[in-house]
Parts: sequence; structure tokens; C-alpha cells
Amino acid sequence: MIKVEGLSKRYARHVAVDNISFEVEKGKIVGFLGPNGAGKTTTMRILTCFMPPSEGFAEVAGFNVMDAPMEVKRRIGYLPETPPLYPEMEVGEYLTFVGKLKGLSGTDLAKRAEEVAERCNVADVRNKLISKLSKGYRQRVGLAQAIIHNPEVLILDEPTSGLDPKQIIETRDLIKSLAGDHTIILSTHILPEVEQTCESVIIIANGKVVARDSVENLTSRLRGAETVAVEVEPRSGELDSGAVQAKLEQVSGVSRVVLKDSKTGRSYFEVESLQGRSVRAELARAVIESGWNLNELRGVNVSLEDIFLQLTSADQPSKGDA
Amino acid sequence: MNNILAIIQREMNSYFRSPIAYGLMAFFGLITGWFFYVAVAFFMQASMRSAMQGGGGPMSVNEYVIRPMLMNVSVIGLFIIPMITMRLFAEEKRSGTIELLLTSPITDIQIILAKWISALLMYCAVLALPLINILVLFAFGKPDWKPMLIGILGLVLQGGALLAIGTFISNTTKNQIVAGVSTFAICLLLWVLDWVSSFESAAWAKVVSYMSVVAHFEPFSKGVVDTKDAIFYLSLIFLGLFLTARSMESLRWRS
Repeated sequence: MIKVEGLSKRYARHVAVDNISFEVEKGKIVGFLGPNGAGKTTTMRILTCFMPPSEGFAEVAGFNVMDAPMEVKRRIGYLPETPPLYPEMEVGEYLTFVGKLKGLSGTDLAKRAEEVAERCNVADVRNKLISKLSKGYRQRVGLAQAIIHNPEVLILDEPTSGLDPKQIIETRDLIKSLAGDHTIILSTHILPEVEQTCESVIIIANGKVVARDSVENLTSRLRGAETVAVEVEPRSGELDSGAVQAKLEQVSGVSRVVLKDSKTGRSYFEVESLQGRSVRAELARAVIESGWNLNELRGVNVSLEDIFLQLTSADQPSKGDA
Repeated sequence: MNNILAIIQREMNSYFRSPIAYGLMAFFGLITGWFFYVAVAFFMQASMRSAMQGGGGPMSVNEYVIRPMLMNVSVIGLFIIPMITMRLFAEEKRSGTIELLLTSPITDIQIILAKWISALLMYCAVLALPLINILVLFAFGKPDWKPMLIGILGLVLQGGALLAIGTFISNTTKNQIVAGVSTFAICLLLWVLDWVSSFESAAWAKVVSYMSVVAHFEPFSKGVVDTKDAIFYLSLIFLGLFLTARSMESLRWRS
């Protein structure tokens, strides 16, 4: 449904997208994961014919974005990072306006405007001014305008950014319910979001695709190695952090121990395990047997930055400006 | 076509749902009303005097009221044009709605035409106010309506040309104030350019004064359609819209 080959976008001073290639099959939800400034928005803007690529080739539903932009635009629904809303319009009026822009007319237009308002749960604010809507409603109106012409492909740029947790869940469910009819690409910098909504994921950093896999494969690959936070306290007297660190490092399966903080006699470490090894029980035993108190032992969530470090450091030195 | 109409409808809505339209109309109505009052009062005094002295035929309303009125409207028009065009693209760029337009199945040319036509319609709505004054004259006298219509045509052409330039300037920035001030500066410059013709007759001065928009309006105000003036305005419209299209293209490549 979507085919991208050797796509690049260069500006005068920097390269936003650097020779990326990927394909998305019909009816799939694909997550576009990357930190801010990685080139997600640029790629999406090229796919939606907002801007032309400097190099390479992108095809949506069999039409090239450079040669047949009108055909591509007819088949794409796009929700930019800030929903493109006119504050002085009413919701219903706005949806009708977008429908007309997308080429709908007459009863078809009225029917679709009704349908998408119901589907995106904005029917109850149909007669409200957009400027009076809450952020969550605005996002849903944005989604409604993206699907009004029933496009084959939906491109959503950070659809959940700035929403509260309840709204995020609602939006995710809505997006999931849209899959099947539509092929969806959504960008995000939140890992759980990809896990919960997408079938496969493309990770992009510094304008390059650094990983492309199904969500299951990727998460197991990332979650294989765990990071454990350990807080140690002496039973009496002073605690020698160096000794604790040395002891923790000796535990089998541990790849790295970092002293994070040390105050009022307590020391706080982060212990990373090797791929596929669970080390918590061993760590606890090691601390107790050495005569220290174990105040805390908990798994630390792998943050996106860590994932990026892991993914990018494998084939290239990670850059600070990611 | 349908989508052009949709954009025009939205633009008109946005003018009339904000204070812009009403502010402009009030300002314009007030100031042209004052001019009208002054012109009519002067006309009455002059015609009374000429009747008492018994000399000459009846004075022409067209010459003494309508024509100065149209000239004044054309000059004050220069001041309202920036206020009409400044938000056209600047606001869409600032709020991000430009992304909706540029990713919809509609060409850049269609977007630009829709925007320019909306601005022109808004300008015509503002022009309608002094026309009410002029229509009052028909109740009391028999002004010649043909030169008046030609004068109005001239106003619309002149407005269209400056609006096209304003549309272009609005496309180059996301700041409405910047767009408004630059458009105002250009309108003002295009007005005063022909002053040079009063003291200089070299070739460069002729070229410079030819570029003055108000000078080209004068024949229209007298009821004369000169092809060269009409062509001047039409080519200015074309230039403005063409530059807007180029600017839009550059926006796509750069942004």
C-alpha cells in the first residue's frame, strides 16, 4: 500500500531524512517511532505530498507522490501534529468544509460528516465552536477530518500528544478500530503506544531507519535485558559503596553496575543484566549474604533513550543531537 | 470548482465572524460618508452661486460629487487592503491549517484563486458602503450612471491588483502584522510614485510614475476605459498571483 525507497530530504544546513526505505501492507497499523527531530514528520509530509523529497521515491496506493500528487492526496487522510482546525468554525461546519475540500458533495457529504462525527465521538459537540473545545475533542475532530473521505491510507502524526491518560486510551482504541478499513501509519515517541496499537514498527533516528520489525519481536529484543534498581543500606556503620559495587558485579548474569547516588549511608545502583538473564534473586542473595540491608529492588522500565542507544550504538556511534 | 467555493465560503465566514469585517466597514463608511457630505455641501453652495449669477448651464453631479468621491475611495482603499489580505495565508501558516489545504486534492492555483477572490469579495463589500451614499444622489437628481459604473470597475480592478500583491506578501510570512505592514508600505509607495512626474520628465521618471496605481485609476474615475490602464491592473493581478504561486512552491520545498 505504501512503498518508500531511498527517500531523502535535505535542507540547506541539515539532512532531515536520509535514504530511508520501507513498505507497509494494506490494512496494517505501523508505528513510526523516534525521538523529536528524527525525521518522522518530514517523512509523513512527503507521503502526504505536503513537500517533495530531495531524492528517492515514495508510492501510496500505487501512485507516486511526485508524478500523481492529486491521486495520492485523494487516497490519504492526514492528521498533522497540531490538528488543522479553524477556531471560528463549528465542528459540523468544519467537517463539511473538509469534506468539500476532499471532493465530497451533496448527500454523500452530509452522510459522511455525520458518520465520522459519530465514529470519533464528536457528534455531541457538532454545534460548538472549535475554539471552545478541549484538547481531547480537538484531537478527535482532527481524526474525524482525516477519515471523512474514507481514505485508503491514514497518516497520523503524534495523535496522542498532549492528551490526558483517559483521552489517550480513547484515541488509541479509536485508531485500532479504524485499522482494517484503512492502512495506518502513526508516529509517536512513546514506546507503550506502539506496543498497544501497532502491528509493526519502524524506528527512525537521525533521519535513518534503525530498526524495522513486528512489535513482538522488537519488544522481546528490547526487554530481554533488564535493568534493576537496587538500594543498599549498611546494617551498622558506614557503607563502602565500592565494595557493594564489586559484589554486585560478581553476580552471574550482570553486565554492568552503575552507582547512581549515595547519601546518608545508602547507596543506589542500577544493574543491567545480560540478554535473557533474570538476576533479581541472585542480587538480593548477594546483598543479604554480605551483611547489608536491601532496601529496594525493582525493575526499571527501559526508556526510549536506552532503546535508541541500544539500537543506534550497534551499527553507528550514537549522536548527541538525536 | 466545488472546493474553491468551499474555501471562499470559509474565508468569508472568517471575515464576518471576526471584528475585521465590521471594523473595516465602519471605518470606511464613516470616512467616505464624511467625504460625501463635504462634496455634496460644496456642490450645493457652488451650484447655488452659479444659479444666482445666472451664468452657465447646470453643474454636473458626476463631475463635482461622484468623481472626487471615487478618487477618494480609491486612495482610502489603499489603507484597507493590507487589513484584508494580511491574514489570508499568514494565519493559516501560523495555526498549521495550511497543512490541511496543501494535503487536500486541490491545486496550489485553486487555493490561491480562492483566497484572492475572497479578499476581492470582502473589498467589494466594503466598497458597497460609499455606493449607498452615491445611490442617494439618484433619489434627488439624475447623475449619469455609466461613468459611475466604469469608476466602480476601476476601483475593483485597482483593488484586485493590490489585493494580489497583498496575497503574495501574506504568503511569505506567518506573522500577520509583518504581512500587514509590508503590504501597507507597498500600497503607499505605489500610490505616491507618480508624484515624480510633476517635476521630472526623464525616461526613468515616466517608468516610475507609470507604476503608480492611483494614476491609472484617474481615467476610470472620469468614465473612460483605457485599455492600457486595464491591462496595467490585469498584469499586476497576474504578477501578484504568480508570485504567490512561486512562494507557495518554495514553502513546499523549504518548510
